[in-house]
Amino acid sequence: MPQNTEIAIDVRDAVKRYGPFTALKKISLSIHDNEFFTLLGPSGCGKTTLLRMIAGFEDVTEGAIFLYGEGIDALPPHKRPINTVFQNYALFPHMSVLENVGFGLEMLGKSKAEARARAGEALEMVQLSQFATRMPSQLSGGQQQRVALARALAPRPKVLLLDEPLSALDLKLRKAMQVELKHLQRETGITFIFVTHDQEEALTMSDRIAVMSAGELQQLGEARDIYERPRNVFVADFIGETNLMEVTVDAINGGRAQCHLGGGHKLTCDAVEGITPGAKVHMSLRPERLFLSVEPVENESLTGRVREMIYIGTDTATIVDLDGGPQFTVRSSNSSRGNARTFEPGTEVAVNMEHGAGRLLVD
Amino acid sequence: MAKPYDLRHYPGFLGVTLLCLLILYAPLGVVAVYSFNGSQSITIWEGFSLRWYVDVFTGPESAKFKQAAWNSFIIAIAAATIATSIATLAATAVLRAGKFRMRTLSIGLISLPLMVPEIVTAVATLIFFNAIAFERGLMTILLAHIAFCIPFAYMPISARMQGIEASYEQAAMDLYATRRQAFTRILLPLMMPGIVSGFILAFIISLDDFIITNFVKGAGVETLPTAIFGAVKQGIKPNIMAISTMLLAVSIVMVTLSWLIGRKDQKNLIQQRKKK
Repeated sequence: MPQNTEIAIDVRDAVKRYGPFTALKKISLSIHDNEFFTLLGPSGCGKTTLLRMIAGFEDVTEGAIFLYGEGIDALPPHKRPINTVFQNYALFPHMSVLENVGFGLEMLGKSKAEARARAGEALEMVQLSQFATRMPSQLSGGQQQRVALARALAPRPKVLLLDEPLSALDLKLRKAMQVELKHLQRETGITFIFVTHDQEEALTMSDRIAVMSAGELQQLGEARDIYERPRNVFVADFIGETNLMEVTVDAINGGRAQCHLGGGHKLTCDAVEGITPGAKVHMSLRPERLFLSVEPVENESLTGRVREMIYIGTDTATIVDLDGGPQFTVRSSNSSRGNARTFEPGTEVAVNMEHGAGRLLVD
Repeated sequence: MAKPYDLRHYPGFLGVTLLCLLILYAPLGVVAVYSFNGSQSITIWEGFSLRWYVDVFTGPESAKFKQAAWNSFIIAIAAATIATSIATLAATAVLRAGKFRMRTLSIGLISLPLMVPEIVTAVATLIFFNAIAFERGLMTILLAHIAFCIPFAYMPISARMQGIEASYEQAAMDLYATRRQAFTRILLPLMMPGIVSGFILAFIISLDDFIITNFVKGAGVETLPTAIFGAVKQGIKPNIMAISTMLLAVSIVMVTLSWLIGRKDQKNLIQQRKKK
């Protein structure tokens, strides 16, 4: 992101308490103009609470939220140029699709004619023009979802909030909507703040992702950052599949940390800040950055026996018991150019690391 | 092959059902049938006739009954309207104003009158009007009816409101509607089936009330139930059966109406939920 990017939503030291329970513990983050930003975390992590605070449905216990530099904490929801796509869509059941989509414009005081025209345009954007006169109950779940999207986009808000809008759709429809949402964001230039617990969805769509857990921001960055350079155990474990190993750091030489794990297997990877020799820390090894061979390819390979091979379509996952150590999962692609090969259970193999496969995690 | 849990195969099912139906509906059936009797008798059938219905509208007692019916309907409509408005506001406060002090107490206070024996309410209301020296007449009946109709109107309204997710109003406010607009444009139309049911229930309860009315009415002021009671004291004549049958018909029409509205609406809501 360029340095001079305008900031759409600035959350500063926001705290949310419900009685004795703290839902958000001092969160600070800046969401850029025209960005597809995702709040990612397991349920109960505070992501929806933060979204509702931005929308104005929850007040901020401490701290402040700014919209393009202006404090909005005192504004009720209807005075914020921010619209929401609700998880259950919340389409008004007594209004037609067109009336639903035109509702926001009408409330803004636009003439009936203008509200209709712009609602029509919004419906066109989500390819539902032919359903304008239907009632919401006559639409499928996917269509209702699009109407909710059109309704929230029609007044052209400065920021669009999406609260797990795809969670009720089946996998195929969800994938199609992911692409469409991304496309709509580009087309409209509106800042999207998307809430999800689905890490794959977050990686697919987002410009940047904020990973949250237990009311705290764990890591903020682009998809690649978060996947390849997780900051802590939670992020490494929550995003994608990984082998989490407890290792002991033996020495640090020239930016490389030499470690060993149970069974005496030696590993070397990039050192990270805050790690000293003798420390017991976690290491994350992504299964697809590992590969198997019959003979060790370098003197640092880990040796073990194949326990099981699992065919999963695009990939094959091989589970290996390291000699005297923990269990590893190695993923290899099933493409003809890939490196999948079949090992009988019990075969002795070497587990090799691609360069940069291991990542040390502080806490 | 019979299904093992088929209701019809429960031992004694048919007998118990028939007995219940008989106790519940036989008296009503007798009254309805004998209202069309051709003779003065209320026990011996002497052929079909509408003479007692004609008698209700043109006979010697017709003026008295017309006035009583007029009073009953005016009071029922006014009491149901006011009670329904109050119940709607009460339900909105209880279900939409979040948690406030004495919320549970409020719910209790609203529904308590349903549990209080009617005679107690009647005596208490009478003592109250006497204590403040409020002259008894149509007005005292109306005020008493409004008071006891509120919990009846409240029940279907609050039941309906509980089924309306708060996200509808939030969506409206998110789309630039003020609190008031969210109420009038979204919540009120969605609550309408409950409000209509509440109104109809309150209307029937008011139309039908005897005990409280009899206590608080002024001398010479009658509603249909008190007029019928007064007439019965002088002996049961078939014209009373005709009036009763007409009252029954009004009730059946109202209840059917309320049920039809509820069913149509329920279907819509269920359809939409299923698709999610």
